[in-house]
Amino acid sequence: MKKLISLLALVMPLLAQANEGVHLDKAPINPANQASLQRGAKMFVNYCLNCHSASSMRYNRLKDIGLTEDEIKGNLMFAGEKVGEPMGIAMNKKEAKGWFGATPPDLSVIGRSRGADWLYTYLRGFYRDETRPTGWNNVAFDKVGMPHVLYELQGVQTLQTEEVKDADGNKVETHKLVLDKPGKLSPAEYDATVADLVNYLMFMSEPAKTTRMKLGILVLLFLGLMFIPAYYLKKEYWKDVH
Amino acid sequence: MQKYLTCALNWVDERFPLTANWKAHLSEYYAPKNFNFWYFFGSLAMLVLAIQIITGIFLTMNYKPDAELAFASVEYIMRDVNWGWLIRYMHSTGASMFFVVVYLHMFRGLLYGSYRGPRELIWLFGVGIFLCLMGEAFFGYLLPWGQMSYWGAQVIINLFTSIPFIGPDVSLWLRGDYMVSDATLNRFFAFHVIALPLVLVGLVVAHIIALHEVGSNNPDGIEIKKNKDPVTHIPLDGIPFHPYYTVKDIVGVVVFLMVFSAIVFFAPEMGGYFLEANNFIPADPLKTPPHIAPVWYFTPYYSILRAVPPLFNSQFPGVVAMGASVMAFAALPWLDKSPVKSIRYRGPKYKSWLAAFVVSFLILGYLGTEPSNVWGQFGAGVPLVGGADRATVVARVLTVVYFLFFALMPWYTKSDKTKPVPERVTG
Repeated sequence: MKKLISLLALVMPLLAQANEGVHLDKAPINPANQASLQRGAKMFVNYCLNCHSASSMRYNRLKDIGLTEDEIKGNLMFAGEKVGEPMGIAMNKKEAKGWFGATPPDLSVIGRSRGADWLYTYLRGFYRDETRPTGWNNVAFDKVGMPHVLYELQGVQTLQTEEVKDADGNKVETHKLVLDKPGKLSPAEYDATVADLVNYLMFMSEPAKTTRMKLGILVLLFLGLMFIPAYYLKKEYWKDVH
Repeated sequence: MQKYLTCALNWVDERFPLTANWKAHLSEYYAPKNFNFWYFFGSLAMLVLAIQIITGIFLTMNYKPDAELAFASVEYIMRDVNWGWLIRYMHSTGASMFFVVVYLHMFRGLLYGSYRGPRELIWLFGVGIFLCLMGEAFFGYLLPWGQMSYWGAQVIINLFTSIPFIGPDVSLWLRGDYMVSDATLNRFFAFHVIALPLVLVGLVVAHIIALHEVGSNNPDGIEIKKNKDPVTHIPLDGIPFHPYYTVKDIVGVVVFLMVFSAIVFFAPEMGGYFLEANNFIPADPLKTPPHIAPVWYFTPYYSILRAVPPLFNSQFPGVVAMGASVMAFAALPWLDKSPVKSIRYRGPKYKSWLAAFVVSFLILGYLGTEPSNVWGQFGAGVPLVGGADRATVVARVLTVVYFLFFALMPWYTKSDKTKPVPERVTG
């Protein structure tokens, strides 16, 4: 048993998360907050679902976040699809590649490949960069092909470079995003809106997650109960083994 | 009622040895009474095999082995198939847990000398099962058709390219195309769902038949068949597998299922070690991910592959070393010259070598998941290794330790100071 524990202790560092290099802000999301998920869904269909598809996500799956079929049809569907259809787009992939330099990826599972913190940092990390064809660059995704779709809401940021001295007296460049021109939303409102969107993207990446967690507790409780008869059955049988 | 059942059983027994088999393998198979914690993992490996086969059948019903459709069909299973997410997570968690269980099962063999005569064939069948399992894992990993699936397969198949003269043709033949493509996916699917499972099940049957022929080893590493009751000819230290070990294994199964379910329901990605984030990006033959790492259970061997320096610009020595690091296990029955089997009666030399081997295996495993600059570089002024990646140097040293565990075994086991072995099992 002791050996097993020491074995486990050696394996533990494996479970530490790999570092990506870019500093990521922690996304303040709560998957249990249905109002936030619904606001996020609205953001998604309004701003993302023109260039990005979510081909694995059916509209009627939005019932999982507390919407009725009529609400979905009335508020979130604009192109005459059926409610059981997946979230597709009309944009041609080849043309899109010509316009943006890369085909905008399908966002069905983007939450799982990028993670909430990356998405939260990325969507708040656009800044003005005249060297880029779109005029935009991003702190989380250098030379990104996507323009700042939400600039109306956020306003225009620029990246300011400062030279500071670190503990050893060496000059180090630090970068800071500064809001040059405010948008329709205050920075706090914008952060909250992006958090809603990220919350939704995370939901969309794995709609069964809430079910999974709930069911898991029941399964573990059942197994915990089952352990008791299993243990005493073994004990009873093994009484006569010496 | 009883009469009819006995009648039916007799009818079967006259035509098929049902009762005889039940007795030979369960109710009158005498296992040593002193099995400990380490003896749960054989039955657990069978349980995981069953989980993999059953969940695999249901996945096959909805999965599409087509480069255009594969990725989306997995997401279809995760969303639109009833309980599809559960089946898929059980299968993906089962793959990793299979290796956890099998590694612990193999380690038990190292602890108690279970590979020693007369159990050499059990061990060899076991090594066969392990190889098969590695194949299953490798072929299966391509099927979700994510970036890691794709580039992992690309890297492994490219290893064959390094074989002198025939290498490029061999890898072309394996892929069925000039790069990993739909043709590769189709053949990997065939290997994963039928070819290797057949071999695997056959080997498991052989493993158990061989085991029941010679009898189980035990934590004391002594033969219980040497002390039989003079009248009944039943080993004095043996107890019938059924009911004693069946009821004991039920406890093991329940505890295992708790761990398994905790992963399936609360952490199916296991922090990126069971399901990698990059594998949620569809395969893109034109975009190489910055860091390609195999799944955790392959990383010790992958580390060895990376640690061996190229010779004449060829990676072939690394490939050979990687192959040897897996195949070395097969030689154990003939490398171990100790007069005792169990670690309980071995001396300090074997214990130290085994500890060094386990530590090397685990650290190599960790390093295999990381890029080789993970620990930075040695300063330029350091003799011999100045400027080199620290992790690479460590991996090289540990690779040497890994192989010395096998290569020096005949000597350190023979000259080791052993303790006297008792006549009968203890504890």
